[in-house]
Amino acid sequence: MASYTYTPVPDTGAKAGVLAYLVVSAVVLLLMMVFGLLMRLEQAQITSIGGLWFYKIMTLHGAGMVGIVALAGAAIMWHFLRLYVDLSNGIFMANLALFLIGVVMILASVLLGDFHAAWTFLFPLPGNSMGLWSTGAAALFMGGLLVIGVGFVLLHLDIARAIIVRYGGLGRGLGWPQLFGHDDGNAPPPTVVASTMVTIVNLVGLVVGASILVMMLVNLYVPSFEIDPLLAKGMIYFFGHVFINAVIYMAVIAVYEILPRYTQRPWKSNKVFLASWTASTIMVMFIFPHHLLMDYAYPKWFLIVGHIIGYLNTFPILIVTGYGAMMIVYRSGIRWDMCSRLLFVSLFGWAVGAMPAFIDGTITVNYVMHNTLWVPGHFHTYLLLGMVAMVFGFMYYLGKPNENAKDSPIDVAAFWAFVIGTMGFTMSFLYSGKISVPRRYAEHLPEWVPYDRLASYFVMLLLAAVLVFIFRFFSRLGFAGRDYQRASQARSLAAT
Amino acid sequence: MQETAWQVSLVLMSLIAFGVVYVAINSGKREEDYGPLVKSAYGFRTKLFWAVALLFFPAMIYNLVGLPLPYSESRADSKLGPAQVINVIGHMWYWEMDRDQVEVGQPVEIRITSADVNHGFGIYDTDLRLVAQAQAMPHYTNVIYHTFKKEGIYKVLCMEYCGVAHHNMMTEIKVGKS
Ligand SMILES: [Cu+2]
Repeated sequence: MASYTYTPVPDTGAKAGVLAYLVVSAVVLLLMMVFGLLMRLEQAQITSIGGLWFYKIMTLHGAGMVGIVALAGAAIMWHFLRLYVDLSNGIFMANLALFLIGVVMILASVLLGDFHAAWTFLFPLPGNSMGLWSTGAAALFMGGLLVIGVGFVLLHLDIARAIIVRYGGLGRGLGWPQLFGHDDGNAPPPTVVASTMVTIVNLVGLVVGASILVMMLVNLYVPSFEIDPLLAKGMIYFFGHVFINAVIYMAVIAVYEILPRYTQRPWKSNKVFLASWTASTIMVMFIFPHHLLMDYAYPKWFLIVGHIIGYLNTFPILIVTGYGAMMIVYRSGIRWDMCSRLLFVSLFGWAVGAMPAFIDGTITVNYVMHNTLWVPGHFHTYLLLGMVAMVFGFMYYLGKPNENAKDSPIDVAAFWAFVIGTMGFTMSFLYSGKISVPRRYAEHLPEWVPYDRLASYFVMLLLAAVLVFIFRFFSRLGFAGRDYQRASQARSLAAT
Repeated sequence: MQETAWQVSLVLMSLIAFGVVYVAINSGKREEDYGPLVKSAYGFRTKLFWAVALLFFPAMIYNLVGLPLPYSESRADSKLGPAQVINVIGHMWYWEMDRDQVEVGQPVEIRITSADVNHGFGIYDTDLRLVAQAQAMPHYTNVIYHTFKKEGIYKVLCMEYCGVAHHNMMTEIKVGKS
């Protein structure tokens, strides 16, 4: 680590596949946000669509959001990873096709079949509808999730293959020779390290998720094939938690790749960086018990492990990535445009959302805050102001007409509306959690309604901002595919 | 507890906000020589790491060891007499309890299970604050030990999504003097 010279990677335009992923992501994301607003308006007693529609929308919102952020994250990862390894375009497109098939199945299950057992599909709820949906509708929903999962398994297998071919193994993809031996400075770039981690944990998570889905599908038609509900819940949360965490780790690649271009400062895969990613690879797979702290039937040691890993997992990547980004930006002369702003604020959103998350992982706190709005409060913070901000930052990056293009005041206003809208809306979630409002309630007690009203206004502000982001991206799709320099360098550098 | 969690979260979130704003304000002027900057920043990061470790490791241990787990028996003070037992079964969409009246200040043992799908048994005090909860899962019995400190009518709400009437799945526990 002698000098800190930055060697720029050529700035390629997005392949048509990446743009297709992003267009689908933008449309579905917007729709899911509208669903989110509808739920808030219902709780605020501004609308009255009733419990059935509320829970149908809730089921779509949950499953749809998890799926669509995964799709958007995969687009970011694939776009940049392609610079280092040889990925299959066919498999990338197959994943999109399977995703869309799965989405159609889920939409049909919920909208036509009235399925509304939430994305968590906790056993045995999907099979116990009290006559409100058919076995076929439940099977269609779980089948849809399974089809989407198969697509992601294919994608990750291709990524694993490509990394193994180029670097000689997944351990090498994580930079283990440099981590455990002498740091020869030849560790894989951050993009490869992150992609390797995501691929390992997602393959494990998806296999577990697919297993429980298949078990539950069999059980739907052959009830004598019994499933232990505690095991089912454990498997569902293992899969769900790994998958949604991996989404952020895919999207953060945008930060690793793009911020160095703006600041002309390198993002190094040094030992601390490699150690934190290896630690997270392991911990992401052991952190899910914090969803099960209220299942006292689990052995006590298991819940204590959940508590401890909840604490440990919060810090490595945040200190390394969050702090690393601050180091790169500090006194860099960075020129703030929509891309650099969104990527910078995404690290704030991620870190700030992680705080109430790990506090909830404390057993004594969890005892009185589990399944309250505190939980959606924290994950909406780091998904929306963290992960989704990274996606919009990436979209602005791809569409930036030229290095020195100025943002319109409307975009800048949308940026602030996005930040204020998200923070206002998530803080009202967190505050509702503090006053013990349960999550997933179609109707709220009168004491809780004022916070729902407040939240609804913030969501509207946020939606307005997102409309601007998406409109801008769609109007610049033509730029996004071309190869040219996008990041504005610091003024002092640009002058020389 | 909720108050503490809220305030600790606010403090931590503010610290992060402060750090981010500090960097944003100091981002405009470029320091061309990145090497020394990196060295001092790494040094600060190491200090930050140890500060975080020294702060949170004891907090984590304290939360595990210093306090008994909320649902462990030791929490119920056995000197005050035999526990009053409530057997709870969750159904879609109502609670079945074999008693709904208990004495104030006396430990209560609540044994919770479900007859159909997952539910969540959450006890709300008279100020509508959640004071205890457990998962109501078929085939399993989760036990809460709780001593009601105030008289009054406590609400029970369902904490785990269980279908279309989830939000209406409520009942009451009356806490009074004998
Ligand atoms: Cu319920």
